[in-house]
Amino acid sequence: MSSNNDTMGKTLLVTILLCVVCSVVVSAAAVILKPQQVANKELDRKSNILAAAGISDPNKSVDELFTQITTKYVDLDTGKYVDVPAGYDDAKAAKDPQQNVRLSRSEDKAGIKSIAQIKPVYLVQGEDGSVDKVVLPVHGKGLWSTMYGFLALEGDLNTVVGLGFFSHGETPGLGGEVDNPSWKALWPGKEVYGEDKTDPQIRLIKGSVDASTPNAEHKIDGLSGATLTSNGVTNLVQFWMGESGYAPFLNNLRAGGA
Amino acid sequence: MSKTKDVLVTPIFKNNPIALQILGVCSALAVTSNMATAMVMTLAVIAVTAFSNFFVSLIRNHIPGNIRIIVQMTIIASLVIVVDQILKAFAYEISKQLSVFVGLIITNCIVMGRAEAFAMKNPPIQSFMDGIGNGLGYGAVLLFVGFFRELFGAGSLFGIEILPLVNNGGWYQGNGLMLLPPSAFFLIGIFIWIIRTWKPEQVEKPDFEMAPNTKKEAA
Repeated sequence: MSSNNDTMGKTLLVTILLCVVCSVVVSAAAVILKPQQVANKELDRKSNILAAAGISDPNKSVDELFTQITTKYVDLDTGKYVDVPAGYDDAKAAKDPQQNVRLSRSEDKAGIKSIAQIKPVYLVQGEDGSVDKVVLPVHGKGLWSTMYGFLALEGDLNTVVGLGFFSHGETPGLGGEVDNPSWKALWPGKEVYGEDKTDPQIRLIKGSVDASTPNAEHKIDGLSGATLTSNGVTNLVQFWMGESGYAPFLNNLRAGGA
Repeated sequence: MSKTKDVLVTPIFKNNPIALQILGVCSALAVTSNMATAMVMTLAVIAVTAFSNFFVSLIRNHIPGNIRIIVQMTIIASLVIVVDQILKAFAYEISKQLSVFVGLIITNCIVMGRAEAFAMKNPPIQSFMDGIGNGLGYGAVLLFVGFFRELFGAGSLFGIEILPLVNNGGWYQGNGLMLLPPSAFFLIGIFIWIIRTWKPEQVEKPDFEMAPNTKKEAA
């Protein structure tokens, strides 16, 4: 190494050239590979919707299976279907003051501050056009992160088909057990609402649920060692099933159409 | 050309980055619970060490001594981001499992250590080979650990069932410890033990001699 490398001019020159070359390489990789990555995310989202709805068939591709599912958009306020412009993204809308609903402190059980006015819902329809299952995107704060997932309900709009999170950053081994198949298997068959069909009753409790637990149909085992993640799951399910969430839509659907 | 071959082969067993240099153990614990992630991580690390060595060596005569670490880091970091983007595009499922650990290749001591110790002094092609060699050495340990963890923990290899598990109606009760990171400590320990039994010259001299306990008679 010659000593003239250590002059001010050479140092600056090397730094600038290196930064330019590296930033071009990094940006090129990011831009060129973006479409492929977006396609992967989309595929991942679809397979998570299918998983929540309990639809699987190893012989068919995700896209083939997804043809059973109808995507519709719902205005959370009125609970009616609405049309949206192509490329509508509810995650973006949640941040856009024109398209979101800011939640007051008392409403904001899930700790997410604002939600999109219009949310996608995914319907599995029977042959006569009736709703067999409905898959609802849900999200809310856990301990460390916002957890994103899908909650699927049976045609009675009360019984749970499944709950799955596709993105979260909870502690592996503790809160991260929301991904554990044997915990997820506790959800199917549970009932979201009580008699009146408006207030969500479903919650996670400390310890485990057995036949002798009162109202066992509304209760799911908490995750051991992860009280705050468990509370987060309870809160986000109750929020999204409640008045500010999908309750108006579900009521319309129950009454015969949205 | 024999020197080139030397720098390629020695790091695999003779001068293994994990077993002898004890570098990069952290990620070896995290990504070895199954063969598929261990394999992809190996390839990612080989690519990054090889190319970072190559590029650092290519401009080694122009790197000012006082900012050389920053220059190396910039090159390594750019390569890691490129690798991460490629994984996200072409191996999405695995990149989700590897999550943060691909990004953490930046701080993997092997990459940095080879750039500073080898690539700054040697020509590009040799440095490239040294990078591949060290990546392979890292990979050898990862695959060794991954093989035993997946086989005894989950009864499968690359996701293909070898030992049928009890909860799938088979006879094998999976060893839960194998699926947890601490088991990699035991396996890496065993790996180092095997290598040092085979090549006793790798055994380090003890840093200090333990004084014997005072005997009753002496006191």
